[in-house]
Amino acid sequence: MSGRLANIGGPRGAAIRSQIRDITDAHRSLTIIVAMAIVGLVLPILATVPPFSIFQSLDVWLNGFSNAGVFVLLALGLNIVVGLAGLLDLGYAAFFAIGAYAYAYGASPFSGIHAPFIAMLLIGALVAATFGVLLGAPTLRLRGDYLAIVTLGFGEIVPIVFLNADKYTEGTNGIGGIYSPDLPFIEFTILNPWPFYALVIALVAIVMVFVYRLQESRIGRAWMAIREDELAAASNGLNTVTTKLLAFALGASTAGFAGVFNAAKLTLVSPEQFLSTVSFSILAMVVLGGMGNIWGVALGAFVIYTIQIVLLKQLNAFFAELHVPILQDINFVQYQFLLYGLALVLMMLFRPEGLFPSQRRKRELHSAATAEAESSAVAALDESLS
Amino acid sequence: MTSRASSSPVARRRLPFAARLAIGALIGIVLYYALLVAAQYLSNTNAPDAFNNSIKTSTQQVANALVLGAIYALVALGYTMVYGIIELINFAHGDVFMVGAFIGLFFLTNAPEPLDFLGLHLTGTIAEPVVLIVVLVAAFLVAMTFMGLVNVTIERLAYRPLRHAPRVAPLITAIGVSLILQNVMQIIVGTGDRKVPEIVPNIHVGILGAEIRVISLVIFIVAISLMIGLQVFVNRTRLGRAMRATAQDQQAAQLMGVDLNLTIAMTFLIGGALAGAAGVFQGQYFGFVRFDLGFNAGLKAFTAAVLGGIGNLTGAAIGGFAIAFVEVFSQAVGQARWSQAIVFVVLIVVLVFRPAGIFGQQIGERA
Repeated sequence: MSGRLANIGGPRGAAIRSQIRDITDAHRSLTIIVAMAIVGLVLPILATVPPFSIFQSLDVWLNGFSNAGVFVLLALGLNIVVGLAGLLDLGYAAFFAIGAYAYAYGASPFSGIHAPFIAMLLIGALVAATFGVLLGAPTLRLRGDYLAIVTLGFGEIVPIVFLNADKYTEGTNGIGGIYSPDLPFIEFTILNPWPFYALVIALVAIVMVFVYRLQESRIGRAWMAIREDELAAASNGLNTVTTKLLAFALGASTAGFAGVFNAAKLTLVSPEQFLSTVSFSILAMVVLGGMGNIWGVALGAFVIYTIQIVLLKQLNAFFAELHVPILQDINFVQYQFLLYGLALVLMMLFRPEGLFPSQRRKRELHSAATAEAESSAVAALDESLS
Repeated sequence: MTSRASSSPVARRRLPFAARLAIGALIGIVLYYALLVAAQYLSNTNAPDAFNNSIKTSTQQVANALVLGAIYALVALGYTMVYGIIELINFAHGDVFMVGAFIGLFFLTNAPEPLDFLGLHLTGTIAEPVVLIVVLVAAFLVAMTFMGLVNVTIERLAYRPLRHAPRVAPLITAIGVSLILQNVMQIIVGTGDRKVPEIVPNIHVGILGAEIRVISLVIFIVAISLMIGLQVFVNRTRLGRAMRATAQDQQAAQLMGVDLNLTIAMTFLIGGALAGAAGVFQGQYFGFVRFDLGFNAGLKAFTAAVLGGIGNLTGAAIGGFAIAFVEVFSQAVGQARWSQAIVFVVLIVVLVFRPAGIFGQQIGERA
């Protein structure tokens, strides 16, 4: 029976399958682009069928997907820092903010400039990367965990600076009236979610290919070597400081990239969009998704964001409508960060490689346990011999 | 014998460390005081009585800075001890401090719903000195014991299983524990300020024209006693020696018969207890507590620990006072909203120019 099932499609099917595998192995960047295109087509269709269409209309879903796309971009960028290079960045939202404000200065009536969107994407990434280098250069010379506290402080300070320097940033109100993206042939309006959706899918695909190619390059291997054993990497001739700095700056630039898109989508930037809670959300997405695995991280970010925005809010309305005695009084949105905290602790204790692990990271994170098992096996062997 | 003969004249010429520290601290406070007076005097020279006024406000501010510094120092000690012994930045420590502040509040008023019989249901000051002292001491003991045990539990559940994991793993659980503590507290007490009954009568002591609250003096004296007590514990007792040994070299300490788990648990117990005491101070001094005060306090206390040379107890204490001085100065010159940013700049500057901290190399002791 089982033999028959495996043979569905006959020898021809198997041949086609192996052919597809060969193609995807040979053209992995293209595969990512095709896969993202498929995802981009499937999501709107899914949103119109029953279990999902009950929650909200297609336009609201699309808008939600675009926002989720921003978090996917952020998670992919943080994955370079945390997942690939093994550095902990707790103030990632600061670079997101810097990118967003860069766009606000480059394309809004506030500054009186209207630079093209594509140029601003690059400029936003560049500005964020510059801040990343300024912050990382003094810190990365020291032990890795200093970076965690410095970025934590940076993530706290950046919104404060944007808030307090109200002469240049409009303080709490934020900078409004930011221009929507200006791309040829497509008109971006707040009322139509489709162009933003298409744009975010394209941006995610670009960043994914970029991160993928980095990961498989010499630099990517250097990052992983540093993550797994910094001393060994250094003694093999790696300049660990510049390599780590590169990871940190590239992570920052991805956040800046996402910030530009987000500012152009919302047409408003204000300090409270970039509080440290955003950094913790992104960290939880990366850890849950599986540090070091591009698809895992992207999926983690997408699923968590969607749950957070759609399900938690809907649960409240759902229980309130049914008049469930205790459950209707619970504000599920309030529990969000408690859940993130629990997820971070439990994942690290029981499944550090994440829900969708990368093979290498999994082996590494379990190596301590393996080493212990090996040494106890050796001890048992010694005992039996003596 | 020869070595003693050659080293003793040098040793005799130098004052003991504690005395040098006290003199240095005194000089620092006087200089800071002069700086404050100068800053306030120069900012409004024309006002009548400008000099007397600036003396008065500066005295008030120095007192404020010393109390704030005492609180930061107690929290910073917890960071520095844990970092010294297991090289972990315990992000949850600021929140342990915050929970300690609430435990103090719960003890003095009433605990949340099912346990509300545990509180003393106080609403205002206690006039009777004996009762006041008993209640204060009890509040300290309750908060210190509870937070010590909480901190040990955190170590047992979230950090110990990851002692041999990659370095980033315990850092991530630490940030997770921080989120858990903060949000559990938010669920219990809500997001607003909670008023703490200030049980010490609002009596003032006049010093240089300024009126200093009695609670300020109490906080300062108790905090300094706790710090001296910690020094004595670390330097004179068997467990303290075990802690110093573990900080220097875990494996060697283990070979010498040090119980690693017990020593590390002890470190967390003491760190948590000090944070609990600081939490009670926080409530009594400011009169309110919030679920999110641990984040900023933790960041400042960590900066203090780095400033003093992380792993170094005396350094952390001095760093705590230094950070408070910086913060109060920024308030004195009317830039209070930038104080957080200034503290952060201090952290970056220290990391760039003196990553080992001010006392990082001069003093060998670590715990």
